[in-house]
Amino acid sequence: MVSGALGKFYVDGEVIIRQGNTGDSMYVVQSGRVEVIQSSETGEQHLAFLEAGDFFGEMAVFEKEVRSASVRAAGESRVLKIDKKTLLRRIREDPLLAVNLLKTMSHRIRYLNGEVARHKDTHL
Amino acid sequence: MKLSSEPSVADSFSSISESEEKDFTLQDGSRVAVIGGGPSGSFFSYFLLKMADAIDLDIEVDIFEPRSFKRCGPGGCNHCGGVVSESLVQILAAEGINLPRSVVQRGIESYQVHMDVGDVTIESPAGEQRIAALYRGNGPREGADAPLESFDGYLQGMATEQGARIVRKLITGVEWKEEYPHLMLANGEERRYDLVAVAAGVNSNFINLLEDLPDDFEPPRTTRGYICEFRLSEKDMLKTLGKAVHVFLLSIPRFEFAAIIPKGEFATVVMVGEDLDQELVHAFLQDPVVQRCFPTDTAPCVCSCSPLINLGARKRPYGNRVVMVGDSGITRLYKDGIGSAFRTGKAAATTAVFQGVSKEAFAKHFWPTCKSIVNDNNVGKVMFATNTVFKHSRITRRAMLRMAQREQAKTGAKPHMSSLLWNMFTGSAPYVEMFRGTFHPGFIGNLLMNLAVSIWPARNSKKVDEHG
Repeated sequence: MVSGALGKFYVDGEVIIRQGNTGDSMYVVQSGRVEVIQSSETGEQHLAFLEAGDFFGEMAVFEKEVRSASVRAAGESRVLKIDKKTLLRRIREDPLLAVNLLKTMSHRIRYLNGEVARHKDTHL
Repeated sequence: MKLSSEPSVADSFSSISESEEKDFTLQDGSRVAVIGGGPSGSFFSYFLLKMADAIDLDIEVDIFEPRSFKRCGPGGCNHCGGVVSESLVQILAAEGINLPRSVVQRGIESYQVHMDVGDVTIESPAGEQRIAALYRGNGPREGADAPLESFDGYLQGMATEQGARIVRKLITGVEWKEEYPHLMLANGEERRYDLVAVAAGVNSNFINLLEDLPDDFEPPRTTRGYICEFRLSEKDMLKTLGKAVHVFLLSIPRFEFAAIIPKGEFATVVMVGEDLDQELVHAFLQDPVVQRCFPTDTAPCVCSCSPLINLGARKRPYGNRVVMVGDSGITRLYKDGIGSAFRTGKAAATTAVFQGVSKEAFAKHFWPTCKSIVNDNNVGKVMFATNTVFKHSRITRRAMLRMAQREQAKTGAKPHMSSLLWNMFTGSAPYVEMFRGTFHPGFIGNLLMNLAVSIWPARNSKKVDEHG
């Protein structure tokens, strides 16, 4: 069967967004798995794996900052790009659209709070 | 001092208290009837139940849909071209609704514009497949063996997962008793509801039953479209149509718009226009430009229909305890009907949950969404009228083609004409945005230059003709 999938196909290891670059879109994983990594002076650090239905790059939609991490395909994957302009235009008409994004961002803050607490515990 | 026309937070609270005084709010145990289980009905039900759950409101939703979208052919079909626009695919994904591969019959990566003067392929500006070609029902007649899953069935599944019930009973009447709508069912049963959402499109007999309601719901203006399904092997379909939607700008008299949409082993031919008949359909299918693109005379036509298409807006698609979503109320002119179903369905659901179900609540919180579609359609009419003028002149057709071809061939070129054609055909942007784009100096300058270039070959060929 010919692919009826949406988005763009990425091969294993292909970079989808690069840390430090400016961005004007967020992404939703359609199939496969992607890896979020952050580079620093000490090297490359794995942050998370994201799977179908997860999104990333949303900070670029709400802030005019460079990408805080890179995301690359972990195996073959398909990812859909959501334009900032399309999203903000619709949020203006339907502010509740942002609730779904807020939910995910809220989960991430909760997760990060846990990580910070664990980090403090291990260093005290 | 100029007062803002935007409703304030205080306005929102005052409308809640007004509605509560008249008991026009949905409360625990409230019952909502949704007439029609297509996209607008399913989107409405899904968001209504999701938002009600978010504020711990316990309501019941009955979706009245006699058809099963698991059936092939007319019995499970909603008579539609079946394209989910680029903008809707993105918004659905942002809502957490990702269309599965089994529903999307083909991810579209480009549009090919065909004219007698030549063809041009306009690639997706995003460089990826963000338009979904799919079937509203379970595919055309003879499609039982094809690997299809219905889009409408998928959305209905989302609504039932949230708690909606599908009622496969025929509604024979609507009556108004003590300020509540009552539905009369074919088995003699009568059900009282706190809100009736009409999502029956324009092809259902239910629309006629609304005449029994106390409010004056003037129906929207409609015209007939033509949809035909052709079958080829998937390999041949890919070879002839690829992953592109093919659209035609032809100077056939009375012809307005047609597209061929690839979907697995089938291709859907869609024609719309205000003066469509069998003669025009035949003229289109036999046109050399169409034959060059797709062999409509050799591929078998396995299913066809001539559904009504909403051309205008219902004057007031709401009343006390009644709201009309999707095609039943207001939709975008010619394009993105499923997108309109999403927008109006969600706006109606949000209003019902947070503001109430009174006429005033719908006027204040639901109508602005409808009004923005109406206003955009007015600009759309100007765009389509201009397009009609342009496609009837060989010189302007040649100028449009040349401009789009050069933009597509040149990396980094500002895609003025390509963007306009892409948005016109895909319905990805509001008409008003496309209209603004035509005033860009770059667009005007390039168009004038290409018009000038296009005039010369016409004159030269005329001279050649005159001199034999």
